[in-house]
Amino acid sequence: MLDLIIVGAGPAGITAAVYAARKRMDFLVVTEDIGGQTALSADVENYTGYQFITGQELAEKFEEHLKQFDVQLKRDEAVQRIEKAPRGSFIVHSKNGSYEARAVIVASGRRPRWLDVKGEAELRNKGVTYCATCDGPIFLKKTVAVIGGGNSALDATLQMMNIAAKIYLINLNPSLGGDPIMREKIQASGKVEVLNSATTLEVLGAKFVEGLRIEQAGRMRDLAVQGVFVEIGSVPNSDIVDFVAKNEAREIIVDNLNRTDVPGIFTAGDVTDVPEKQIIVAAGEGAKSVLGAFRYLSQIS
Amino acid sequence: MPSIKIYTTPTCPYCIRVKDYLKEKNVSFESVDVSSDEAGLQEMIKVSGQMGVPVVKIDGDIIVGFDKARIDEKLGC
Repeated sequence: MLDLIIVGAGPAGITAAVYAARKRMDFLVVTEDIGGQTALSADVENYTGYQFITGQELAEKFEEHLKQFDVQLKRDEAVQRIEKAPRGSFIVHSKNGSYEARAVIVASGRRPRWLDVKGEAELRNKGVTYCATCDGPIFLKKTVAVIGGGNSALDATLQMMNIAAKIYLINLNPSLGGDPIMREKIQASGKVEVLNSATTLEVLGAKFVEGLRIEQAGRMRDLAVQGVFVEIGSVPNSDIVDFVAKNEAREIIVDNLNRTDVPGIFTAGDVTDVPEKQIIVAAGEGAKSVLGAFRYLSQIS
Repeated sequence: MPSIKIYTTPTCPYCIRVKDYLKEKNVSFESVDVSSDEAGLQEMIKVSGQMGVPVVKIDGDIIVGFDKARIDEKLGC
């Protein structure tokens, strides 16, 4: 049986793996992708040591660091379920296999939140996208809508300002949130029409996105757009483990040693209730979690 | 050798991974940057029926996204 399984390979999971390799633990990383949300981030200017790096490049640096070590890595294997086994161990099930270990670090991160409106699922990847960094360039000289009012919506809008002909920024709240420096750039561009207190009702289109139906001040309005960028936050990938305590936002509750309420299950990064969702925070939490797991394993053996 | 064409954008992480994967396999491929090639973009939408990248075309088969298992299956390795 393995000592440890690390679920996920974003900044938390990879940092945990680097520490685990240096401690010569017998462990396995099971993950859908490498880099997690970091790989989808645009510009990163607050990861110490890099004044400026793209999310993609930072994710590559993480991967290079991981590959310095002979790590057992199951990639393209999204974890589906974690189960308690007799004897106090745990079984991690992915689509390709099941693996058993005495301890698990859940570092499965977050995924984009859906709007949950008519037409969204049907037109996903047909104009509806959750990743401006990935799909933005396809909408060259097109009219698009960005939905959201926080930093990720502002970031998507800034990216699209260099690409799209016109951008509607659909904000549910009476005024935009996010960083003032980003808001100022958007307001100065002349390309962006900000619609405040606007609710999205439906994504319109037969085969591809043709429009967006919104409601503003009690009036319904259809905007002609070819692309819809949904940037309304994210939800934790915590459904894979159903026997640990979570908060109202479905985040896994973690103590300051990265323990959950179940001995042997540790957790780190954006899937947890640690308040700041930052790459550097996730990396630090990953390090703490594996040191905690190491201590736990030495105590139970 | 099968004829392989991939439709990508410069910024999409899975596009980079799919290219790296094909290079690792030592197979040659044609790459279309749909962010600058309008005709290429229309062709991608027509053959795949959607707008997400990457799209991998192996002979007549279309694979949307970086789907390693399906790429392996079509390459027969």
